[in-house]
Amino acid sequence: MGAVFGGVMSFFDAVVGTLLVFAVGVLVLGLANKVWVYAATPAPLRIPTTPAPLTRLGAAGRLAREVLLFESLFRADKVLWALSALFHAGLALVLLRHLRYVLNPVPWPIEAIQPLGVLGAGAMMVGLAGLLARRLFLPSVRMITRATDLAVLVLLLAIGATGLVMTLAAPADIMGLKIFLAGLWRFAPAPLPDDPVLVLHLVLAAVLMAVAPFSKLLHMAGVFFSPTRAQCDNARERRHLVSWARPLDDLRPR
Amino acid sequence: MTAYAVPTLSPDLAADRPPRPVPGAMRDCRSHPAKPSHQEPLGFPGELVDGWQEVAVARLGELVARYQSLQVFLDICVKCGACHDKCHYFLGTADPYNMPVARQDLLRSVFRHHYTTAGKWLGNLAGARPLTEDVLDEWYNYFHQCSQCRRCSVFCPYGIDTAEISMAARDIMDVIGKGQKYTNEVITKVHDKGNNLGLSAAALRNTLEGLEEDVLEDTGVPVKFPLDVKGADVLLVTPSADFFAEPHVDGLIGYAKIFHQAGINWTISSHASEAANFALFIGSYDQMHKVASRIREAALDLGVKRLVFGECGHAWRVAYSFLNTFAGPWDFLDPRYPVPQHIIEVTHDLVSRGAVKLDRDANAGVVATMHDSCNVARAARLGDRPGGQFSLPRELLAACVPTFVEMHPSTVKDKTFCCGGGGGLLTDELMDLRIKGTKPRAEALRQVVEDDGVTHMVAMCAICKSQFTAVLPHYGFEMEMVVSLHQLIGKALRLGAGA
Repeated sequence: MGAVFGGVMSFFDAVVGTLLVFAVGVLVLGLANKVWVYAATPAPLRIPTTPAPLTRLGAAGRLAREVLLFESLFRADKVLWALSALFHAGLALVLLRHLRYVLNPVPWPIEAIQPLGVLGAGAMMVGLAGLLARRLFLPSVRMITRATDLAVLVLLLAIGATGLVMTLAAPADIMGLKIFLAGLWRFAPAPLPDDPVLVLHLVLAAVLMAVAPFSKLLHMAGVFFSPTRAQCDNARERRHLVSWARPLDDLRPR
Repeated sequence: MTAYAVPTLSPDLAADRPPRPVPGAMRDCRSHPAKPSHQEPLGFPGELVDGWQEVAVARLGELVARYQSLQVFLDICVKCGACHDKCHYFLGTADPYNMPVARQDLLRSVFRHHYTTAGKWLGNLAGARPLTEDVLDEWYNYFHQCSQCRRCSVFCPYGIDTAEISMAARDIMDVIGKGQKYTNEVITKVHDKGNNLGLSAAALRNTLEGLEEDVLEDTGVPVKFPLDVKGADVLLVTPSADFFAEPHVDGLIGYAKIFHQAGINWTISSHASEAANFALFIGSYDQMHKVASRIREAALDLGVKRLVFGECGHAWRVAYSFLNTFAGPWDFLDPRYPVPQHIIEVTHDLVSRGAVKLDRDANAGVVATMHDSCNVARAARLGDRPGGQFSLPRELLAACVPTFVEMHPSTVKDKTFCCGGGGGLLTDELMDLRIKGTKPRAEALRQVVEDDGVTHMVAMCAICKSQFTAVLPHYGFEMEMVVSLHQLIGKALRLGAGA
């Protein structure tokens, strides 16, 4: 097939390659822009949800527990916590495992976790399916669900499913993929392996990356700037005054 | 009293069985809109301005640029629903717009439409919609069904705080001329008279003298209630309800007894005769700043050394978390004390040093439980360690009553339920909402009344006290069971013995 449609496929390769580069660019620049906006927006009043740590280091610890353990979610809803933890931990493992497609040589820790990757993919799929079921079957959650909320879950499920097919049923040409990807970063075009499942997987992943900075996936960046979690409790000890509030301050009697 | 549909209390807790949403359940429950006479003194237009949509959208953009909380919170909600069953108003009313996430989305949808790429391209698919008259109506209705208690923010994986969103929405509505009567009228009174009740200095002096006579008659001890005393050490700033309402005033008597017994030279100021700062509820930095500045002026004018706040939840939030920003720096006060201090901190310190003595027998027969006030629990602190807002009042309570019983753990400390009347909702036309919103607290209270024989519920917030005394009788509780913490302390305090 490759021999017959070689010319057409290489145009197609270029489209997929461009899409990937574009998506990564949008993801990186989009997130960087949002991080900049979040960091640069003033926080005129101290609003940590208390009890809160008294020091900045303590607040960093609270944030770390929030990001790594989903501490607040655990207190809110154990089932939702379990599903989210399965999905996010699974996704983290899978992403780490994917580093071997872009790193050369492959560092040993990445090599070491390869067998865990399949488990990670399974956990991710179970978590996603559970989250989707919640959205469809719990009346209150269904009521707050929009098309885009479902779309993100379906997109992630489709990415996971195509990935699992390649891992379990129809192994992709990993070396070919690696050469193709390396070609993109080095501006040395190389053909994409002739594998519809792989192509679908890559295109869906590109879509996910490209929409991330415009969607609720921004939570991955925003959580670090959430003032109720990131601020420490030191309002009596330190005076906090932002520049837009200064003119009011200067009007006061001394 | 039977005019309201009072929810039936269940033996288990509301929090454990969230209701199935009933769309529109609270659509017709709305607070009175502000008249021009409530709006204009605060610098807000008297009625809906021409081109209000553009004005509102522009104000939204301005607020988002000014507040990191809004900037982040409007972007990052994933609609996971962790908050959906955490709001007392949803648990009590079943109206889906009282789910925190849905309430936030009333504003978020407009933000998405006017300010985000996804909203512009995908519209309703991404939950975006323009600000129309219907949307504004929903805003007015449901942002005045949020008591800004922050319980949802405790459980949100990103700490998204609906209070921030509802404050922003109310700010926008004020700016376009669609304010709420109750809150704006109260703020106007503060500017006019120095307190929420519109109480004049002469009337205040009269009241305080009356209290001196009452306490003298009651105890034989000449406990003073000083007003505008220059050179006093402590300026007490307390909610004006403490001067009149029951059981608030018994709390004020408790503070006075503590000051008397500890030999602390204190005063109330007629210029700042109000701890409450209702400008918090409308999210107006300018108004909060202006109301808070009275306290700085009073402290400077009277030449006091310390600043102490009475029992009031949102007032303590503004005092503890914001007063340094609005009215500091406090370099002219005694640096040995935190500024401001809470009366509970003062009393706790005196009791732990043995400077005053409490006698449990004075409260014989009392089985007390404690209602943590939302703003003290989740938006401030007492003492020098995180969680002091829970331990300090409990230690004091345990020292002044024979028996202390904790309500169900999912309803206390940082998981406490709002009384149902906070955030500018303590107004008669919202009584239906207020009764329903108290349901989760009433259920937890009934558990300990039935299982442990609880006779009294202690509150440390003027709004909680007013709300509970008005609403708990609808659930069959005696209003006298609601008491101020310093009421029990005042009763247990051994007056006269070697101060």
